[in-house]
Amino acid sequence: MAQPASRRRTWTQAHPLPARIPVTLHVNGVERRLELAPWTTLLDALRLHLDLTGTKKGCDHGQCGACTVLVDGRRINSCLTLAVMKDGAQIVTVEGLARGDVLHALQQAFIEHDAFQCGYCTPGQICSAVGLIAEGRARSADDIRELMSGNICRCGAYPKIVAAIEQVIAAGGSEKAGGVA
Amino acid sequence: MINFTYSRAGDVADAVRQIADDPAARLVAGGTNLIDLMKEGVARPSRLVDITHLPLKIIEETREGGLRIGALVPNSDLAHHPQVEARYPLLASAILAGASAQLRNMASTGGNLLQRTRCMYFYDTSTPCNKRAPGSGCSAIEGINRMHAILGASPHCIATHPSDMCVALAALEARVLATGSAGERRIAFADFHRLPGDRPEIDTSLRQDEIITAIELPPQGFAGNYSYLKLRDRLSYAFALVSVAVGLQLEGETITQARLALGGVAHKPWRDAEAEGRLNGARVDRESFAAAADIVLRQARGFGHNDFKIELARRTIMRALTQAARSTPQSQSDKRIR
Repeated sequence: MAQPASRRRTWTQAHPLPARIPVTLHVNGVERRLELAPWTTLLDALRLHLDLTGTKKGCDHGQCGACTVLVDGRRINSCLTLAVMKDGAQIVTVEGLARGDVLHALQQAFIEHDAFQCGYCTPGQICSAVGLIAEGRARSADDIRELMSGNICRCGAYPKIVAAIEQVIAAGGSEKAGGVA
Repeated sequence: MINFTYSRAGDVADAVRQIADDPAARLVAGGTNLIDLMKEGVARPSRLVDITHLPLKIIEETREGGLRIGALVPNSDLAHHPQVEARYPLLASAILAGASAQLRNMASTGGNLLQRTRCMYFYDTSTPCNKRAPGSGCSAIEGINRMHAILGASPHCIATHPSDMCVALAALEARVLATGSAGERRIAFADFHRLPGDRPEIDTSLRQDEIITAIELPPQGFAGNYSYLKLRDRLSYAFALVSVAVGLQLEGETITQARLALGGVAHKPWRDAEAEGRLNGARVDRESFAAAADIVLRQARGFGHNDFKIELARRTIMRALTQAARSTPQSQSDKRIR
């Protein structure tokens, strides 16, 4: 039976929304000030609040890698990261890799090797590969496959993704790859 | 995710105070499991206390010659720390067998110990689960239980602990340092995780107001003869069906000290003192390895879909012991099992 409106306690009344929290993110070299609810993920902050839609939302559970970005130089899953926990951090997304019209070496290599079909996983693949090269531990195609296993490609472009990354590593890795991250 | 508030802990004492004051508050570090559980509605904390700014990121030598690993050291940093690579390669190997490079960059040492089972019924809030909703029943016992426990399960829960790192820590006899309202204490690794019994909602012996501050490794790292062998449904980025951590001390063809721990088979990393005792003083041969495997699995029980795990575990134990004895540990990059 319905209660009088005055006595009804809604979920929102019982759980008032917390104040938004000021957050400063340095995204692709630009300082961005935001006020965010605590549950806003870094992925949603980038896509919905900063209009940087290059970073993709795939599974939203850390299983597919489409949301991979670099935080303070390290690749992470932005979907499992709360933006408020990265206050002050340096974030690099796929939008921050090219220098003007000059593509990052990995972007160029992905084009040359035809390393994608639908392209949805590609920003995450490329950011993950930037992180992999910066880590400097991939010595073989086996290593690349293992260290890229957090990025799923449902079109199955894996052999060409590995070839593109091998090419950039062989050409000198991050130094000649635009120097990002 | 439901509505929650967010705060930062200024120091360890402040973190303890904040969770002691609010039993529905949770500490957050890497967040790789907790944030996911919150998205699924499985975890519903009132408050997240961010501990990532606490000074718990140091790896240092202990007075006894072991290593103390700060609770906030990321899994990737731990796996690639020169001292860990050189002296505790079993731990490095187990860490690199788990998750993805991105998740290892995020996940903390302490958080790895506290991750929850990946039992699909635990995650599915539309089904009964004694771990998620005590008293509601276990959907896995009569359900799809391919990933589930073959050792130490109870009529209330047959979930497994998902960590790879913890299997190596169990074999290495690590200790967990925790600080709570009552002060600091050391917990032996074997006593940290628990079996489900009739309280499967409780994963560990950590108290509600305690924070893990560090893990300590004893000096013996079994760097000469070790292996971490993980079997799973795909070659990378999947939870273990069965994994085995082995550390051996050899004198010629005789085993003077053996450590053997299993992952993917129980509610906690599984060790068996009797099986290790069978190996101590034994010769390095198939007969000893088979006898040890028989002891580990003497009480193993399947639930239908996971019956295959008993034979898989037997073979994995024998192969991992062989790899360790030959000093040919399983590579986590080239996945061929030799």
